[in-house]
Amino acid sequence: MFDYQFFIEVLVGGLLSGVMYSLVAIGFVLIYKTSGVLNFAQGAMLLFAALTFVSLVERGVPFAAALLLTLVVMVLLGIAIERTVLRPLVNQPPITLFMATLGLSYVIEGAAQLLWGTQVHGLDLGINDTPFTVAGVFISQFDLFAAAIAGAMVALFALFFRYTRTGLAFRAVADDQFAALAVGLRLPRVWAAVWTASGIVALVAGLLWGARLGVQFSLSLVVLKALPVLVLGGFDSVAGAIVGGLLIGAIEKIAEVYVGPFFGGGIEAWAAYVVALGFLLVRPSGLFGQKLIERV
Amino acid sequence: MSSPESQLEVRDAHATYGGAVLALHGVSLTVRRGEIVALLGANGAGKSTTLKAISNLLHAERGQITHGQIVFDGLDVAVTSSANLVRRGLVPVLEGRHCFRTLTVEENLITGAIGRDARRSEVRADLERVYTLFPKLSERRRSLSGLTSGGEQQMTAIGRALMSRPRLLVLDEPSMGLAPLVVEAIFRTLKQLNVEEGLSILVAEQNSTVALRYADRATVLENGRTVLEGAAPDLRGRADIKALYLGSPEESAAHLAASADPPSHDHAAA
Repeated sequence: MFDYQFFIEVLVGGLLSGVMYSLVAIGFVLIYKTSGVLNFAQGAMLLFAALTFVSLVERGVPFAAALLLTLVVMVLLGIAIERTVLRPLVNQPPITLFMATLGLSYVIEGAAQLLWGTQVHGLDLGINDTPFTVAGVFISQFDLFAAAIAGAMVALFALFFRYTRTGLAFRAVADDQFAALAVGLRLPRVWAAVWTASGIVALVAGLLWGARLGVQFSLSLVVLKALPVLVLGGFDSVAGAIVGGLLIGAIEKIAEVYVGPFFGGGIEAWAAYVVALGFLLVRPSGLFGQKLIERV
Repeated sequence: MSSPESQLEVRDAHATYGGAVLALHGVSLTVRRGEIVALLGANGAGKSTTLKAISNLLHAERGQITHGQIVFDGLDVAVTSSANLVRRGLVPVLEGRHCFRTLTVEENLITGAIGRDARRSEVRADLERVYTLFPKLSERRRSLSGLTSGGEQQMTAIGRALMSRPRLLVLDEPSMGLAPLVVEAIFRTLKQLNVEEGLSILVAEQNSTVALRYADRATVLENGRTVLEGAAPDLRGRADIKALYLGSPEESAAHLAASADPPSHDHAAA
């Protein structure tokens, strides 16, 4: 007899952890959409944000002030990256830009190490993590909190892109960079805004991931978790990053629980990649990847 | 030798792509205030490259001006960013329209206003003006641009440029892929803007018949250089021009072979 209640519990747990994947993936999508750069340094930025915040708190800076300070640091970091690394490389082939961000991720990690040291820090966001039950299903309070924060952030971004001029400029640049240039949009300004946004995403994701895993250098490896999400959802779609993250989260947990026993367990770590690989064969642009709107 | 009434001067411009492919070698043309100038030439003659050089957009396609000078309103175009050129009133309408396909028609138009940091009240007024010029766009304002017809996209592209309040509009092949009636309508609107508001227009066209009907003067390019320049009515009256410069190379060769009169005086006219 199939235990539905248990299945739902697994599913909900998976979806909630998927939210965390979405968070990381959104940082990628923002930059990829506007500048065609796959920013490998997103993970390092996330680590840097979490580490900066934790270190400030450990040095006695109050929670809110540390948050604000880290935010400022991330915004400055984003703008600095755009200025010093990407602007000089504009119009270079995508692989060059990718390599630049790969190098950048090591520079950021090294800088973080130099600045804050290498030990593991615990990060307590002050959220009670005792699970509670809804209709007999156990739900992690922390996961729910993380999902709410992520949801609020996505909603804010959506409103920003929909209703502000910078948002419109962002969508225009993402749609057709050459036309945006011809129209007179200042691309460097749009890019700086995008890097700022991805810095904010890195901060939020860094704090949530850091609270769960502890703030340590392996945190920067969560970028690898984002890759199957991007393959599934499409590299250039925020909606795709959200749906892809949820799907990957759910698939991982369900695979671990229901398929894992046949392989002796431990498939959670790579199940997502297998799914992503299969998906690449069927639909390379992802679920929501750019299907050009074309009149026939 | 820049005369006071000339708004745009291209002097002996040379340009390359990727540092190797020579695209222009010796393009000269002038647009005076309140004038419509047609830039004519066969496929690959260098019309698009010339227009991109004028708007300082070549670098986006890894091209650059290697020799010569382009001056708009006393401003050296090569050292002024395309964004600043738009703010100074030199506004391009790209070949193939290049609308933002995932944005609505109205959002497309508004991007033109962002380019010059317009105030909200100005944006509203300018939108109404564009909708008056192109009533069709008013009907489609909420549609995604990618789902509108070719003619509507061309109107959107021109409308978007008008939102930047241009003083010189630079259009690349506005007739491309459009039905003759739509082409007429678009050129009529351009002429109306030119007559009523004194907007200067430089338009590159393969469709020389239409372009010469609306233009005051024309410059003809061949193989990346200016070969002929003159008043549009004069050029319209000369049957040989089309066969010589604007058709395919085979046609030109055939015409040359058939013609007893060598075309050397055309070069002298330039």
